[in-house]
Amino acid sequence: MAEIEGIYIIWLREMKRFVRYRSRILTSVVTPLLWLLIFGTGLGSAIRFGGIPGGYQAFIYPGIIGQTILFTSIFSGVSVIIDRQYGFLKEILVAPIARPSIVFGKAIGISTTAVIQGIILLLLSFVVGVQMTPLIFIASILLMIPISVGLAGVGLLIASFTDSMEGFNLIMSFVVLPIFLLSGALFPVTGLPNFLQVTVYLDPLTYGVDALRHIILGQGAIPLHISVIVILVFAVVMVFLSALMFSKKEQELM
Amino acid sequence: MDYIIETNNITKKYGDFIAVNSVNLKVPNNSVYGILGPNGAGKTTLISMLCTILRPTGGSATVNGYDVVKNAREVRASIGIVFQSRALDDILTGREHLDMHASLYGVPGEIRKKRIDEVLDLIDLGEKADEYTKTYSGGMKRRLEIGRGLVHHPRVLFLDEPTLGLDPQTREKIWEYITKLNQEEDITVLMTTHYMEEADQLCDEVAIINQGKIIKSDSPINLKRELKADTITVKVNKPESFVQKVKTLDYVHKVFEDDSTIKLMVERGENLVPPLVNFANKNGIVVESIELQHPNLEDVFISYTGTSITEGR
Repeated sequence: MAEIEGIYIIWLREMKRFVRYRSRILTSVVTPLLWLLIFGTGLGSAIRFGGIPGGYQAFIYPGIIGQTILFTSIFSGVSVIIDRQYGFLKEILVAPIARPSIVFGKAIGISTTAVIQGIILLLLSFVVGVQMTPLIFIASILLMIPISVGLAGVGLLIASFTDSMEGFNLIMSFVVLPIFLLSGALFPVTGLPNFLQVTVYLDPLTYGVDALRHIILGQGAIPLHISVIVILVFAVVMVFLSALMFSKKEQELM
Repeated sequence: MDYIIETNNITKKYGDFIAVNSVNLKVPNNSVYGILGPNGAGKTTLISMLCTILRPTGGSATVNGYDVVKNAREVRASIGIVFQSRALDDILTGREHLDMHASLYGVPGEIRKKRIDEVLDLIDLGEKADEYTKTYSGGMKRRLEIGRGLVHHPRVLFLDEPTLGLDPQTREKIWEYITKLNQEEDITVLMTTHYMEEADQLCDEVAIINQGKIIKSDSPINLKRELKADTITVKVNKPESFVQKVKTLDYVHKVFEDDSTIKLMVERGENLVPPLVNFANKNGIVVESIELQHPNLEDVFISYTGTSITEGR
């Protein structure tokens, strides 16, 4: 009971921070729209992209949803470093609550904020001319949950190894951008050169984007059930690993 | 339980550097206990080990009867901590901080609201309680942190340099709160400080720490008394003859003449004021004024460490 209460209060703080930093909500919607409207339209008119009604813009729409979840989840996870610099992490870590509960509360808090942003994008599907039905809507939300939990786990895991925001650019270049670019958010993952093909399939977000594309556009490169299993395993493993690291490294984190 | 905190040769080493060296501390229940020492003496390291934030490299310690390593979780549930550096979230209100803390420490929901109101009352946040902490002054932030440490009725409250960086007025306010909470709550306060006055005014007992070692611990009064260095300053109508005669008294250790005033170094000066006045009268000397001064903790610190606290390493 005390643990559930603890998880809830950490989740609640994440919610309050999300709602109170209004500029964050705004950018989280504007950035993907810029991608869809400018990049999508621009590249869409330069290339022939058959097979999908709505063309290239529609094709990257699930990818951009994946991107939004990726950025929000990893950066919110990494923001634990800021909590640490402000000393607030200490206040949480000296509480008589299990370390995995702290990680879990944080992960579902981050996931909730990422899913809210995803929902906003789903509601804007008309912008790229994609048909949205209640079933697609709900199935997409159900998919976004494990994707965002897993990526939040990645962020928390990075935070447990990093002690200042100086490493922020490194995280951007070596973690976030590769995950985004390799995920097939912007191009089809079939028929790539060998080395690229392998790395694409090593990227967990590939399965997230492909599953979303399956549900939203009705076509994907990987069988849906495989993608779903990979995403679920990824989420469980990441949360487990970051909970383990927080328990192991609690002295260093305080 | 007579002692709420007991340490047994607790030690923290970082490589070759010994931050805390075999410290034995006994903190009486319901007291205000001060750890006094210069910056870098090992105060924060010592207190962090007692709070389960750092693991000792040697020795052991119990807080509220629980071992700080083996029963860390029970220790955490028994204590409240106010860190030296700020630990607040800008974008939460004071009340939200207390509420979050109460949840993390498992304060039952039905008494939570009442307890938070009680604490808010104690720390006097008033209407600011429902504003974001980024709008608070330094003193208010400190008060909120102290209040937060109290929400879950801890047995021990750790205060690490509670008035560091605060202006003198705010500092005195914080002192008032600490005294008040020690009276109103069933709680032991363990605080570190490098302000002499703070230790003198607040603490029932003080441990002087320097270079990782406890040099001496006792009540501030006893520590000062042990120096045997009270000063009695007198003004008389015939200074020369008074000085000559007073030198013969065996309870006067030293005599200094300074213009029209005479300073006498004595022990337990409070008992010597009447005999000195009588002695002067008997010799036909009129005492115009007489003043007694006890040594302060600074003098105590210098006598035990050989350096003043601000020069100390």
